[in-house]
Amino acid sequence: MDDKPINQKAWFLVLPVVVTVAFSAVVPLMTVVNYSVQDIFDPHTRYFVGTEWFEQILHDSRLHGALVRQFVFSLSVLLIEIPLGIGIALTMPRRGRWVSVCLVLLALPLLVPWNVVGTIWQIFARPDIGLLGRAVNALGIPYNYTGDPTDAWVTVLVMDVWHWTSLVVLLCYAGLQAIPDAFYQAARIDGASRWAVFRYIELPKLRGVLMIAILLRFMDSFMIYAEPFVLTGGGPGSATTFLSQLLTTMAVGQFDLGPAAAFSLIYFLIILLFSYVFYTALTHLGRGANR
Amino acid sequence: MKKRYLILLLYLVFLMLPLYWMVNMSLKTTAETLSMFSLVPREPTLNNYRVIFTDPAWYHGYLNSIYYVSLNTVLSLLVALPAAYAFSRFRFLGDKHLFFWLLTNRMAPPAVFLLPFFQLYSSVGLFDTHIAVALAHMLFNVPLAVWILEGFMSGVPREIDETAYLDGYSFPRFFITIFLPLIRAGIGVTAFFCFMFSWVELLLARTLTSVEAKPIAAVMTRTVSASGLDWGVLTAAGVLTLVPGALVIWFVRNHIAKGFALGRV
Repeated sequence: MDDKPINQKAWFLVLPVVVTVAFSAVVPLMTVVNYSVQDIFDPHTRYFVGTEWFEQILHDSRLHGALVRQFVFSLSVLLIEIPLGIGIALTMPRRGRWVSVCLVLLALPLLVPWNVVGTIWQIFARPDIGLLGRAVNALGIPYNYTGDPTDAWVTVLVMDVWHWTSLVVLLCYAGLQAIPDAFYQAARIDGASRWAVFRYIELPKLRGVLMIAILLRFMDSFMIYAEPFVLTGGGPGSATTFLSQLLTTMAVGQFDLGPAAAFSLIYFLIILLFSYVFYTALTHLGRGANR
Repeated sequence: MKKRYLILLLYLVFLMLPLYWMVNMSLKTTAETLSMFSLVPREPTLNNYRVIFTDPAWYHGYLNSIYYVSLNTVLSLLVALPAAYAFSRFRFLGDKHLFFWLLTNRMAPPAVFLLPFFQLYSSVGLFDTHIAVALAHMLFNVPLAVWILEGFMSGVPREIDETAYLDGYSFPRFFITIFLPLIRAGIGVTAFFCFMFSWVELLLARTLTSVEAKPIAAVMTRTVSASGLDWGVLTAAGVLTLVPGALVIWFVRNHIAKGFALGRV
């Protein structure tokens, strides 16, 4: 890959992207930085306060709570959706007319607007009018996601699995499709077990797509907002209040610009740090195995 | 073999059940939904849908959404295509850093940019326009588009470029008449992702619009809080938000699997 010619004129091809993204990224980001170190009363009265907002927000117990919930949530999401996605992808038919049907049905949850996902699960899980709520209660298990924190938590998690596992399935399925038949034939001749085929043929070939899947699922679950907002409103109490929702409440609801801006920067840095670790770890892993 | 398909079938049922429940409710009157519990509507009615198709506040929401989503998809592809080509074919000063910087924008939580976006687009007079939402969504769609397209382009042998230049093709002519047709599938998959992520996003779209460009998802949230809960109309609106997505999937269904495989695998 490193035999690409050096050509500084390539910058001209990249320029449109840099300009458009910079307009939407750098200017707002600098605004956030600006807010995070100032106390603003109105557009003409502002004081430099240094790191005061950062200190305040770092000692905010609401942030600590949301941060812990967020990490537990994102970790659960990865632990459930990645293995489940690989598993479902393995059960998919390789060819035939059912492939299209399966793909379309699988992709459907991905195309639902995020707040509609919340609405769907709200009407599905409500104990009075929802199919799921009714069914679970009929089985004799008390279930009420608006009142019980555990139920709310589980409902949000199941909703996310419903919503996003398909992405992992689609990626893995594409990865599996790219494996030539000769590999499987060789394995059959060697008398390899199903597990050996998975472990030594399929899994290594899936590494590339799994990297995308893990990165996307981590980033997106870490900024989840609309679905739990509609479903539970962050409650009961603050059982399902994740970082984005806490931030939005502070910035728009209470208009605490300074602390909200400091919060934003810390939030962004955490995602950046973790994504960078995933990104480098997985690219190095891929390189080591392929060559 | 049979057990395998049973698992798949169970999973697909799990995916479809909540959707079925929404369709079911959209065909009932709200009174029926609240008064009795039934797996199929007793007296199916299309009244809820009629409300949406006759009320401009509702159907303008759909038109607004489709408008800015299409705009976003086209713009994202236009800027991402040359950039992806540059990343896949050349090394240049700061290329790796630039690539990661682009990806960091995909990682930025929209909530972080909420207020600055509102102020930025207000100050340049773009607030409540379709282009504002399209531009804002480019923040996360362009990096993704570059990422996916770069994978596809790297799959095309570089000899093709060199042969074309030797044959006297200029760069734009080569790019449009030879190179783009070669990565059709990739462009399809990228368009699918841009469409998808722009269509489903609510937070930014809602913040950057008030009346003129209000997306359907925001129309739905407002109706919920303003007039009590009209479950029938709400679910009918939800069902209709599935339609454009389902159409797009149907068109790219053959490309999805093949496309990914050619791409970043």
